[in-house]
Formats: sequence, structure tokens, C-alpha cells
Amino acid sequence: MYKLLLCWRYLRTRWIALASVVSVMLGVATMIVVNAVMAGFSHEMQTRIHGILSDLVFESHSLSGFQDPKWHMEEIERAAGDQIAGMTPTVAVPAMLSFQVRGQWLTRQVMFIGIDETTHAMVSDFGSYLQHPANRQQLSFALRDGGYDTSDSQADGAAGENGPKRPALESAGWPHRRMRVAREKLWRERETARGAAAGQPARPVDQQVDAVLAATSPTADPASVSPTADPASVSPTADPAAVGPTADGTAASPAADGAPAVPPAAERRDPFRAARPDEGLTMDPAKEQFTGIVPGIGLASFRDSEGVDRFLVLPGDDVKITFPTAGTPPKAVSDTFTIVDFYESKMSEYDSNFVFVPIAALQRMRGMIDPQSGIASVNSIQIRLKPGANLDAVRDRLRKAFPAEMYAISTWRDKQGPLLSAVDMEMAVLNILLFMIIAVAGFGILAIFFMIVVEKTRDIGILKSLGAGSSGIAGIFLGYGLFLGLVGAGVGLALGLAITWNINTIRAGVEWCTGQRVFDPSIYYFFKIPTIVNPVTIAWIIAGAVAIAVASSVLPALRAARLHPVEALRHD
Amino acid sequence: MTDAATGEAILRVVDVRKSYRSGGGTLEVLRGVDFTLEPGGFVAVVGQSGSGKSTLLHLMGLLDAPDSGEVHLGGERIDNVSASRRDRLRNTAIGMVFQSYHLLPELDALENVLAPLMVRHGVWEWLRVRADARERARGLLDRFGLGGRLHHTPRQLSGGEMQRVAIARALVAEPRVLLADEPTGNLDEASGAGILDALCELNARDGLSIVLVTHDAAIARRAASVVRLAAGRVAGA
Repeated sequence: MYKLLLCWRYLRTRWIALASVVSVMLGVATMIVVNAVMAGFSHEMQTRIHGILSDLVFESHSLSGFQDPKWHMEEIERAAGDQIAGMTPTVAVPAMLSFQVRGQWLTRQVMFIGIDETTHAMVSDFGSYLQHPANRQQLSFALRDGGYDTSDSQADGAAGENGPKRPALESAGWPHRRMRVAREKLWRERETARGAAAGQPARPVDQQVDAVLAATSPTADPASVSPTADPASVSPTADPAAVGPTADGTAASPAADGAPAVPPAAERRDPFRAARPDEGLTMDPAKEQFTGIVPGIGLASFRDSEGVDRFLVLPGDDVKITFPTAGTPPKAVSDTFTIVDFYESKMSEYDSNFVFVPIAALQRMRGMIDPQSGIASVNSIQIRLKPGANLDAVRDRLRKAFPAEMYAISTWRDKQGPLLSAVDMEMAVLNILLFMIIAVAGFGILAIFFMIVVEKTRDIGILKSLGAGSSGIAGIFLGYGLFLGLVGAGVGLALGLAITWNINTIRAGVEWCTGQRVFDPSIYYFFKIPTIVNPVTIAWIIAGAVAIAVASSVLPALRAARLHPVEALRHD
Repeated sequence: MTDAATGEAILRVVDVRKSYRSGGGTLEVLRGVDFTLEPGGFVAVVGQSGSGKSTLLHLMGLLDAPDSGEVHLGGERIDNVSASRRDRLRNTAIGMVFQSYHLLPELDALENVLAPLMVRHGVWEWLRVRADARERARGLLDRFGLGGRLHHTPRQLSGGEMQRVAIARALVAEPRVLLADEPTGNLDEASGAGILDALCELNARDGLSIVLVTHDAAIARRAASVVRLAAGRVAGA
């Protein structure tokens, strides 16, 4: 009983011991906060990666892919069908994305991925990363008539309010496209007017022909007759050489004003025009689109220091993409595409790299469809497993079923292995370092306890003269260490949890005080610091802290226990 | 006390020797001391500083072990028993009072008196016996005129009061022998006389066996018998 009483009294009267309580407390609080934030980041990252990648990826080693995905999917189904929830074929090739910003061509290296718009959302969280609410329900590569989110749809609750503002997306879609076309037209007209005013009239012969045409053609629109209306000569986005047939057929309606006749002026300038179909010339960019693509948002935007996303291009704009054809050697081909949405997984690696396109269009453009049989090739098949299925077991089953020389079969963890293990490693190292803080606190306890033992030598002698045994004396100091550890860990736990749960408020406070951005959303792509409080981790931290406190009181306790009673009593 | 009935000596020291290593050589403090305390006896051990009287008391109080010789308490040889038995005997059979009181500064008067009982009992046992123990400790402090100072810490007490608390503490476990080492050494004359009176009364009224170590012949005269130590040997009464 005396042990408890004396522990309690020492705890209350020895304020120096509180120094060690504080160090234990700070160590525990720091570990809890850091672990919660690291776990939050790690979880956020894994969710994102897993959301982007499907559970299993079945891919060909060759860039040209493998033929007949349907047969492959049936084989996969036969090998591990009981575990599989969904499959979708994809074609992925490296490509160059080019677009014009203020007259400058920007070119970026991208991964050009052909996806099946009806089934792709089944194997990953692809759908939820899009910016148009309707596309999140069911992706369509047809340009939407406005209605894109102007704030981050993935930010929840109050964070959404503080999330990035995207005022530019307000007008995205068809309104933006129409406005752009109209503006380009106006600009061209003004240029023409300016050219005329500068005394550079069109050639007299052309003027004569135009005048004749205007007089003889009852339906002719003055704009289409104007020599500058030829898209081939002025509009970089509607270059007839690059214009392919629209893939989805939504833009097939002929332009009303361009339809009636091929302007002879254009024919005169392009003597081969007669040998080519009308398609390029009948395209009206204000009413039609090219093949739709969904680029990663990082390719098209940047976040300024205010957290507002600024866009270089918008849904409705046209871009050029250059990519290799299938076959050996691959040849580079280019085509024009219309952005229909943005993909935002919040993993900048993907958001600034991926461009999605309808798989059928990509297969056709790359020449991946066998002209005789009409069977298409694909690069890979994305597989989603049923909940609870064993990822590695299914992968191994598939690896047994398909020759490894031809196919690579990997889980999403395999694909991101280095990244995931780097994060785990980082966490482990950080924990070791932080635990050293508590170990330092342990040495503090050791020193303070030695001091207390020296100070209390006479009391120890007294207790021994009253019949207290060595183990009892040691018990006082071990119990004292346990008390300090428990109190330190308890207060540290409370402090750590308080900080963790209010970390975003604290961050805002610190930012307000210092004027510095502590957590820059333009780097991390999420707007609040994610935290996960794991009870098991906390239990380990507390157990470790208490163990260190007790362990560091062992030596002083042994010393106290070994004191000779007579000498202890004589100690001043 | 029960030992009185058996007629056996309550405390018997036979030819004990004790030396300490100091510096290069050894210092022989006790060189064959024999000593007997009859039940209900009151023996004063006198001698000059360094004569070994405190060492003898420590051997009898089991705070130290002799190099040779025997110490018997109520017929049981106690100089060679296990450490836990020694602790137990110190706690139950022997009460000690020291010159410089040796109270625990963190505890108040009542808790200091209760300390031997708290040492004896574990937490759960203590909760059971606590009320009785407190009653007993209060009674002892009352008896020594400290009924109003139960919750004063040693720092708030005078020397005489502290020594009375120390005596109460020595008695709370109902020991068979009380060993007092210069109990009046740090006190003024009046307080010292009060302490001495209290010891005499304990011996006379309660029949408590007492060994009193002192260098003061006047104090020694209050005891029933006197043992004189000189140079580590009994020099005669």
C-alpha cells in the first residue's frame, strides 16, 4: 500500500518529474498526429490509385496488342470467372497532345488510352472522376451542352466550399465551342477588313469570279463565298487534312450554310478538291465535334496560389494528338479531337498523363482492326474482382492459364509496388525517428529518477527500517515510472487526438498567423489534410511510451533497492 | 507481553563481531559483544562515540548483519534468516526510534504512524484493515499529545513532536522490542525529558522491552540497567 501512496505523493510533490511527463506527452502526441496524417495520406493515395487502376490488369507485352479481346475475356472467365465482377478492354499508347494557347502550340507527352465507354466504369472508379454530372452517371464522348461542375465534386461538405473554384467551367461545352467559333470568325473578318483597308485587295480576277458567283448562286452565303472562309487556309483547328470522320456519329448533320455547294473559289485554289469527299469542308465546328476525348485535368489546367483552377483549354476546344500506329515499324499519325470532359483522380501523375478516347476510334485510327475479319486488337484487359476476392490468388491462377512470354498479368498493387512500399518505408522510418523522441524522454526519466533516488536515499533507509523489502522499494520507483508513463501517454493521447481532429483548423490558424501556406492544395490536390486514427497504432504508441517510461525507471529502482539500510539512514 | 511468561530472554546477542572496511584497512567496531534483554527490561547502552553502540543497535534491529556471532529474538535466531524474513521481523517485531526522527517528509503525522502497517499490507488488505489501523494510530498520537496535529507534515512539527510521532510509529505495529538510538540527542532538555518520560512510562505501564542507546550517563540512569561499551567490547555495567 505504501508504494501507491508514495508514488502518488512523489508525483504530486516532485515537479521535476513533470518535465519527463511533458516529454513523454509530446512524443506520444507527435506520433499520434504523424501516424494519423501519414495513414490518411497513404489511404487517400491507395484509394486513388486503386480507383484509377482496376484490380487486375491483363496486358500484352507488345504495343500492337493482342487480337480478339472477346476470346481472351472468355478464357479469363473460364480461368477465374467465379472471382470476376467485370472486364473491359483498353488500348494504351504513348502519344503527344498539342493544343494552342494564345497562338502558341503547347505539346505534352501523354498516355493515350482507348476505353469502352459502356463498361469502363465497371472496373474502376473512372466515372466518379469526371467533371460533368451526367458523365459521372454514364460517360459519353459527345460534348455536353454545359452544366460542368464549377467546384470540386469530390470534396465533401464544407471542404467543397473551400475547394478549388473553377469559374472557367461555367461556360464549358457547346456554349464555349460556339463562342470560340464565333470569335474566330469575327477575328478573321476583322483581319480581312484590315487587309482590305491597308490597300491589299484580293486579286482582281478573284473578285470578278466572286462577283459572278454571288450573282449566279441564289443560296450562296457571303461568308462562305469569302475567300477567308476556307478552313484550310485559316483555321488551325479545322485543318481538312487532319479531320477524320466523327467517331460517334453525333455530329453527322451537315452544316446548313456550307452544304449547298463547294465554293468554286476553294476549288480553284485546291485543284485536288474534286477528288476528295466533302467531309472536311462540310464540318461546321459550331455545330459538330471531332472524336471526343477526356484528358486528365492536370494537362489542361494549373492551380494558382489562391486555389483557383485556371484552364488552358476547356471542354469544347479542339486539340491534336499524334500517336503511333500498330504494326512494325510504327508510324506517327495525327488527328484532331474535341475535349468533352476532364478526368481528375487527384493523383497528379495520372491527371497530367492520361487522355481517354473511345476504344473503337483508337483501334481504327491505329489500324488495329483486321481488315478481313473485322476483329480488333487491344493492349490490355482491365479486370475488377468481386468484393473479398483474393487479388494475388486470382492473378496466379491467370498467370498459370496464359503464357508469360505473351502476357503480363499484374495486380494494381504490383503496378504501384514501388510507390506503395516507398510510402510504407517512409512511415516506418518516421515512426522510428519519432519513437526516438520518446526514448529521449526515457533517458530524461532515467536521469530524473536517479536524482530522486539520491534525494530520497534517507527515506529509502527509513522504509527499509520499517520492514519494506527490496522489491517493495524497487516497486515504488517502477510504479512511479509507470505513473509518469501513463500520465504522459494519457495526456499525449488527448493532445494528439485533439490536434488530429482539428488539424485543418490548426492549419488555417497557422496560415492566418504566418501568412504562409502550410498545406498547398496545388501540390497535394486535396484540400484538407486527410487523417485516419487507427486504434491499434495508438495502442502500440501508448504501450511503447509506457514501456519506455517503466524501462528507464528500472535502473534507478534497482539502485534504490540495493541501498544498504544503515548507509541510507546516515545519508544527508 | 507474551515473552515475559516464557521467561526466555527477548533479545540475546552472543559474541557478535562486526568490522567495516574503511580506506585501506578494516575497522573493527564490535569485537565479541554479549548482550541480553529480558522481557519487560529497559537497558541503556552507553559508550563514547565510536564505541560501537549504534552498530550493536543496528544488528539487533536487523538493519545490518554481524560478521560472526548470533542474534536471537524471543528464542529465534535472526542474524542468518532470509531477507524477506528479516523484512518481516523488522516490520512486526521490532520498533525503532532514531536520533534524527526519520519521518517521511511527504506524509503527514498520521500517515507516518501508519507507514509500518501500510508496508505490511497490500492494497486490498489495507482497504480492509484501514479503519482499525487509523483508529489505533490516532489513539497512539492522542496518547503522546498529538491528537490535534494528525495532518501536519513533519516540517510543521517541532523536534519533540516529531520524535513523539516516531515513537508512535515504532509502537503502531505492536513490536516485541523497542530500539531507541539517542532519541533525545537532537532535542532541547524539556523535550528530551518528555520523550524519556514517555519511554519510561511505556516500559513501566505496558511492560515494553526497550533498548536505549545514549552517550549521556544522566539519561542512562533512567534505565533499569546499563551496559557500557568501550572499544567494541562490553566494559561492564
